[in-house]
Amino acid sequence: MKYLLNFLLLVVPLFGMAQTKSNDFVIKNGTVLTITNGTLSHTDIWVENGKIKELGPDLKVPANISVVDASDKYIMPGIIDAHSHIALEAINESTSPITAEVWMGDVIDPFDVAIYRALAGGVTVTHAMHGSANAIGGQNVTLKLRYGNSDPLALRMTEAPRTIKFALGENPTRVHGRGKNMQPRSRMGVEAVIRNGFEEALQYKRVWEEYEKAKSQKNSTAVPPAFSLRLETLKDILAGEIIIHCHSYRADEIYMLIQVCREYGIDKIVFSHVNEGFKVAPELAAHTMGASIFSDWWAYKFEVYYSTAYNAAVLTKNGVLTSINSDSGEVIRHLYHEAAKSQRYGGLSDEEALALITINPAKQLGIDPYVGSIEVGKQADLVVFDHHPLSIYAIPQMTFVDGIKYFDRASDEADQRLKINPSELIEPIFLKEHDHNCMQNVDFYFTNFGRNLFEHRH
Amino acid sequence: MEALKYKLLVLFLGFTIFCQAQEDGEFLKPETGTFLLQNATLVTVTQGMKENTDLLIVDGLIQRIGKNLASIDAQIIDCTEKFVYPGFIDSGNRLGLVEVSSVAETQDFMEIGNVTPNMQALTAVNPNSVAIPVTRVNGVTSSIALPSGGLFPGTAALIHLNGYTPDQMYGGFKAILLNFPSSARTSTLDNRTDEKVQKEAEEAQQKLDDIWERAVTYQRLKSAGATLDYYPEMEHLSKVIAGEITLLIEVNAAVDIRRAIKWVQDKNVTAILSGVSEGWRIAEEIASSGLSVITGPVLTIPTRQSDRYDAAYTNPGLLAKAGVKVALRTNDAENVRNLPFHAGFAAAYGMGIEEALKAVTIHPAEMFGIADQVGSLEEGKFANLFISDGDPFEPRSQISHLFIKGYKIPMTNRQIRLYQEFNERSPGLEQ
Repeated sequence: MKYLLNFLLLVVPLFGMAQTKSNDFVIKNGTVLTITNGTLSHTDIWVENGKIKELGPDLKVPANISVVDASDKYIMPGIIDAHSHIALEAINESTSPITAEVWMGDVIDPFDVAIYRALAGGVTVTHAMHGSANAIGGQNVTLKLRYGNSDPLALRMTEAPRTIKFALGENPTRVHGRGKNMQPRSRMGVEAVIRNGFEEALQYKRVWEEYEKAKSQKNSTAVPPAFSLRLETLKDILAGEIIIHCHSYRADEIYMLIQVCREYGIDKIVFSHVNEGFKVAPELAAHTMGASIFSDWWAYKFEVYYSTAYNAAVLTKNGVLTSINSDSGEVIRHLYHEAAKSQRYGGLSDEEALALITINPAKQLGIDPYVGSIEVGKQADLVVFDHHPLSIYAIPQMTFVDGIKYFDRASDEADQRLKINPSELIEPIFLKEHDHNCMQNVDFYFTNFGRNLFEHRH
Repeated sequence: MEALKYKLLVLFLGFTIFCQAQEDGEFLKPETGTFLLQNATLVTVTQGMKENTDLLIVDGLIQRIGKNLASIDAQIIDCTEKFVYPGFIDSGNRLGLVEVSSVAETQDFMEIGNVTPNMQALTAVNPNSVAIPVTRVNGVTSSIALPSGGLFPGTAALIHLNGYTPDQMYGGFKAILLNFPSSARTSTLDNRTDEKVQKEAEEAQQKLDDIWERAVTYQRLKSAGATLDYYPEMEHLSKVIAGEITLLIEVNAAVDIRRAIKWVQDKNVTAILSGVSEGWRIAEEIASSGLSVITGPVLTIPTRQSDRYDAAYTNPGLLAKAGVKVALRTNDAENVRNLPFHAGFAAAYGMGIEEALKAVTIHPAEMFGIADQVGSLEEGKFANLFISDGDPFEPRSQISHLFIKGYKIPMTNRQIRLYQEFNERSPGLEQ
């Protein structure tokens, strides 16, 4: 009987979801942090069909429209996390130093309760990324946190351009060099693996072009070359159709990939983590789509020992497009606080600090025409706060994605699970989360090292 | 006129110090002396806010608090429109016990063995850990160095975050740590079956009772004057039984907390509960036990998937509301500097600013029996304090000065030096 009940729970989400399906409403009389157009006080936001229809004081709206009173409240655009692993069933396809053929869209987990917790922290968009086991990892997928949908692809942000994960330094050299005794074993090997991949892709492109040409000849007997999804993907990177998001820490490896990309004519690259980005800020500013960093993580592994929490400040002051990401199912719940730390460390302005988690990550994901600021015509991804979001006392009150309310602090039930393991009679208690991170699924390479390398695995 | 002269002198001194700092090889050291903090708002914690008040530091102590204090030889620090707070205490972490978390060679918080109460965290504290200056510039002056491992992993110690040797840092409180038998999983990677978790908890309980019985016997023999063979584990546990040292009980799941309270009640020991992630489920029971609680991190996920998303944020507030004396910890290593932010989250989610402030100052001081030395701004206490331009829980606030036992601590660290070195790089982009 108990199993049957659990099975039903598995299939039919019974738990109360906060979301209302009505798309049309007005948020009245709030302090609106537009990001791109300053702060507007006593301002209304009229949302229609999931988009921002009008913005201004005392808007004339239909009489029967539903109203969210935001007097004494702050409204900011939905927070965008440019580096996340929540809502994914698998993270790493660590079988090869290059796995450009895989796509995270195939492993979206719409039931992950971390999605709800992120919504409760004001996050509306995540960049669901492949892990950092490989020099060239899999393709990522950009998600809108439409929690409550059971169709994985219903979470996909279809407007978002393609992106792919690259990774430098300790992780790929540990997995492949130390773990499997194959290249890359060092930062030299990482460069070589990436160059080899690009050269093979160019060769692949040439062979296909030759074939296409030969095929069009009369009485052609040309045989098509082998199709490779891996090389197709690398070819698309070289054609500028895919944005690279590269896991990286040290200045030397960041500089290396900047130079390699310049050589191959690639300018669509964002460096992620980038703990030593502050050392090569002018180069990042000149040649890349910027840096997506941690607010203050450091010293969890050797390659982040020489970090500084002033990274956001140095990068911003050097004109590098900078965002703050979570890479964590925990930190994603308070990215507004992570952004605020850039005021302690380097004194960024409110506008600069809030841009780190809104319009800047939107640009790095190529979705800034749709989200990342409060502007007429943009998607109604909005968060209502009780205090200014950069205050430590700020608590997100409501979160809207496409004009649909997915989180309401005042009325949501505590238990927001959509799915329960039917074999689980007692709910387990976990004292620590070891999930949602860059090195998930590669544990088995390291179980014999006799020590826990996985305290921090970013 | 006299005041002006001293102000000019201070300006001149400040200027020379500034100039010297620019010279090759110059290094800023902690500096002792007499300091007069003028015209500050003192957030005393125990005696309310005192506006337009001076605070005089002499010989490492807060010698006087009052209006218009005078001192002939004091370095004067103008605190107009600034706030002075007692230094924050983090009640449990690995600061100084590990340098780079993933590098085994730098991990000194865990020993081999299940019953190792003789392992001294204080011994392994690296006074020169790069993380210490990184931590204290955020107002954290004191910290409990916490060992980890088996049932009795070792002895924790309170340290103040300035000194060249562990003994110079030692803050006069030690506690023997007990990892109470746990029915919780250590992490989401812990994939033991329900049966195995339960069986191991039961075995650990038997082991604990057995060890305890032996320690009681050891203590009885010792107090009867028996000559005993060298037995360091029992020697240390017997001190808990004799009431000479506090027992710090790490326990988190509600059912385990309940068991721990029951277990400790008929034992005549001084105990503090630590961890207590699920304390909110049985806050009233904890309150009626009379035990104090160290909890945290606040910025962490709930222990159960079904919990409300903010369970960890609200835990300290719910415990405090039930009447439990609460201290906060980060349980971190390199980011103990975030203690004020953990406190700020606890404050926002129900604890209130005043109670959260106590949880990082006077409450731990009282729990550790050192409230006559630290935890508030009062005459006669150590000058463990800092000067801030606003609420130190707020990220935007800037802390300008910090004192530990009267030493004026340079407000720099490697992270700040990297900022200074690279902020305006020359050459920039050009070759």
